[in-house]
Amino acid sequence: MTPAALRIADASVTLTAFAAALLDPARPCPAGLRAWNGSDPTARLAVHRNNVVSSLIDALAETFPVVQQLVGEDYFRAMAGIFVRQAPPRSRVLAHYGQEFPSFIAQFEPARSLPYLADVARLEAARVRAYHAADAKPVSADAMGLALSSGERMGELRAVCHPSVSTLASPHAVVSLWAAHQGDGGVETVDVDAPECAIVLRTGLDVVVLRAPDGAAAFVQALLQGQGLGDAVASAVYAAPHFDLTAALSLLLAHGALSSLHLPQRLAS
Amino acid sequence: MPNAAQYGHGGHPAVVRAGVPGMETALPRRAGIGLKPQHFRDVLDTRPDIGFFEVHAENYMVDGGPFHHWLGRIREQYPLSLHGVGLSIGGVGPLDESHLDRLAALIERYQPAAFSEHLAWSSHGDTFFNDLLPVPYDRATLDRVCRHVDRVQERLKRRMLLENPSTYVEFEASTMSETQFLREVLERTGCALLLDVNNVYVSCTNHGRDAAAYLSELPLGEVGEVHLAGFARDQDAAGAPLLIDSHGSPVDEAVWGLYAGVIDRLGAVPTLLERDNDVPALATLLAEAGRAEAMMSERAEPRRCGIDWGGA
Repeated sequence: MTPAALRIADASVTLTAFAAALLDPARPCPAGLRAWNGSDPTARLAVHRNNVVSSLIDALAETFPVVQQLVGEDYFRAMAGIFVRQAPPRSRVLAHYGQEFPSFIAQFEPARSLPYLADVARLEAARVRAYHAADAKPVSADAMGLALSSGERMGELRAVCHPSVSTLASPHAVVSLWAAHQGDGGVETVDVDAPECAIVLRTGLDVVVLRAPDGAAAFVQALLQGQGLGDAVASAVYAAPHFDLTAALSLLLAHGALSSLHLPQRLAS
Repeated sequence: MPNAAQYGHGGHPAVVRAGVPGMETALPRRAGIGLKPQHFRDVLDTRPDIGFFEVHAENYMVDGGPFHHWLGRIREQYPLSLHGVGLSIGGVGPLDESHLDRLAALIERYQPAAFSEHLAWSSHGDTFFNDLLPVPYDRATLDRVCRHVDRVQERLKRRMLLENPSTYVEFEASTMSETQFLREVLERTGCALLLDVNNVYVSCTNHGRDAAAYLSELPLGEVGEVHLAGFARDQDAAGAPLLIDSHGSPVDEAVWGLYAGVIDRLGAVPTLLERDNDVPALATLLAEAGRAEAMMSERAEPRRCGIDWGGA
């Protein structure tokens, strides 16, 4: 190898070692770094190590503010720091960084005393997805009229949810817990072991967390999977025998949760 | 050695007009500020008299929702500078073509007056580090950076601006100075320079260099935009000052001083006040931008009475 080729190899090897050292505090400072005054470059590399980890923890703190409130800032930053080192971003777009954080929390041994924590995180992750989801106009009154006049074919109706819509079914009072940290009530009044379902969506510019009535989350989940209205109602009734279709549709329409409502084929022309 | 006095108070060099020929649409020669989500409504309600807004491209690489809603409205009222932080132009791997596609889509949608990126890397392999990391200044890196800048300009069909970095460590592999490296990239690719005056001060302090000398080694005629920001103070292992490019505080007086020298040379130049952490009220950012505008109008415009400012 010529000396020049050796230098080229050295430089890219240095960047690879540099990259590896950023997320692993146990690794030594990579060879090939220097400081003008001959000081140990480890202290200088620490600026980057800190930038990387704390900026990513900050990003998680922005997405999961209620999780942070539930465990406290120090605990949150320690837990998030472990996640960041274990699962750094794969995308250059950070808006959705941390979508796997709820699953990490669910497996995080030291947080086992807060069994609802992962579901609160899932709710907060859903809120961020809803915030940045594609825009779509809610169904018009005309489309509604058409739908209601479809008579015996009503069961075939296809209801397309707004791109921001998602659901969450939890064995814990996930909506109440979340709401209690929005200044809507005292956290001490929440029975954390009461199962709750949430429908999360964006209405206009605002992300809304709806406490889903019995069967409504299953209904929406069926619509999201592309089932027709009839099948979605069946799914909802299976989940909750007292499912109230009228109430569920009213709730969804009131929040602009449906972006299209149509009969397949025949009415399409 | 370059003449440091050129940028201080001593000399009175000829004004080299900033603003790069060949940039189809250029930012106004005024001060602008970073657009922050917490200021969206305030900006539209108060319509501040400001030259332009700058956004980080990656923050707007989302499908829909409030970010696009507000940026679209604000863009109707103000020129826009699109500033990328994730392209990793200095990375050892190839450029991420899907990221370039996303940039092209944003440029198509918002028609920014300028697109800029950093002389740095932020990704390695499939990991994104969310930091601007330093490159060695050697021939191999120079060739790679030039190829990447060429590709960006080809894909985005426009001249880009490349920003000088804040750095904390140097590489034994470096065979040239940062200014020589930048100068060669500008010459070979035809890209423009985003002169971050805070980065100049931070890097020069961190590496025991003279900031005025550094500035005199740069092709200032290629400056299309200036950045000003605040830094934080730390120390290295030997107790020497180590400045951190934190964007979390007002612009330091030393940086204002360097900026004065720059506009003495360049005249009025599009100048961004950057604040990304501990973001204060909109009025505070506007006041900082106002200071830059006042300096530009005081120093850059010749006096009507026939006596140049600075009294030669």
